[in-house]
Amino acid sequence: MAAVRIPPTLRAEVGGARELEADGATVAEVIDDLIERYPPLASQLLQDGELAPFVNVYLGGEDVRTRDGLETEVRDGDQLILLPAMAGGS
Amino acid sequence: MEARTTALPTSLLDLVGSTPLVELPRLSPKPTVRLYAKLEGQNPSGSIKDRVAKAMLDAAESSGELEPGRRLLEPTSGNTGIALALTARLRGYPLTCVVPANVTAERRKLLRLYGAEIVESPGEEGSNGAVRLALELAERDPSIFMPFQYANQANPRAHYEGTGAEIAAALDRVDVLVAGLGTGGTLMGAGERLRESFPDVVVAAAEPLPGDEVMGLRSLDDGYVPPILDVSKLDRKLLVSNADAVSGLKLLLEREGVLGGVSSGAVVHAALRLAEELDEGVVVCVLADGGWKYLSADFWDATDVEASMGRSVWW
Repeated sequence: MAAVRIPPTLRAEVGGARELEADGATVAEVIDDLIERYPPLASQLLQDGELAPFVNVYLGGEDVRTRDGLETEVRDGDQLILLPAMAGGS
Repeated sequence: MEARTTALPTSLLDLVGSTPLVELPRLSPKPTVRLYAKLEGQNPSGSIKDRVAKAMLDAAESSGELEPGRRLLEPTSGNTGIALALTARLRGYPLTCVVPANVTAERRKLLRLYGAEIVESPGEEGSNGAVRLALELAERDPSIFMPFQYANQANPRAHYEGTGAEIAAALDRVDVLVAGLGTGGTLMGAGERLRESFPDVVVAAAEPLPGDEVMGLRSLDDGYVPPILDVSKLDRKLLVSNADAVSGLKLLLEREGVLGGVSSGAVVHAALRLAEELDEGVVVCVLADGGWKYLSADFWDATDVEASMGRSVWW
């Protein structure tokens, strides 16, 4: 079981939760588990089977895009953070 | 009396770049890993953005796109605006900055002192709100010229030709480059230049974990990835909380006497994590600005650092 932090933008889709527990051995499986329980998340998180361009997923504080993407391994007790892509750059 | 042979600069803009690179031996987690900091706060307006502002206006002037006296408009949470204001003032352009309403008072004051006009965007929309509003304003008024740091190739080029080239010239070896991720300009430009000299260099981004209060996007479709940022060119992308950024900047100040800004603290935090993974090597941190613009902020003494920072955009 992994803990998934939900950004304010997506909380309406998950009944207002800030954090959810989800099952899966990879990031893809964890996301599938969430989508199964909260179907409206599908169109927000995925696009053509890949992470949507404006979604960032972090595991252990690192963007999964610079690890193994959706295939990044998830261990029991890991924390995932979902964030919208934001402009920075002062 | 002998005549001086070296010509002195005739403009502050001649002093942009060529910033100091200093080793941080008291901060390095092990003697076999050498840690260096590029002190970008020593640019004339106090941040790395002087490089970008000057490069964007140089490019627009040489292409003929920017006629004398034309009004400039730019979305910015501070440093780019301040840098553009200095550059624009010295070159005779009026400037309007679109700034999230919740930036620190120093930034707002500096923008005004350097001569910029300020238009506020909703604070809860963070930098995305400033980008959206600036694009709308520019669309409505074609007399405005928007340099637009997020999509302007002069931004990464300034770091390819400047920041990155300076680091490559100063060191015989670079294993890791760490810089803050905002527009992506530093990481793309300096990263590309360092890869030419050190093909195995790890280009690592330190990225802010924003407070809930500044993530008020209606949906993920309102998200924004800067057009100049190609995430596939980053080797690592590390999320840094406000609290960890502040720990990093306090450590930097205590151990090395360097007063950095919030993003510098985040870069140091990420650099120490990456340095721990190395047995030996050279890690270069790009410290984008100094701590002066953040003195009014509560986080220096706050017991709950996250709570004291959640409502603002810091970098």
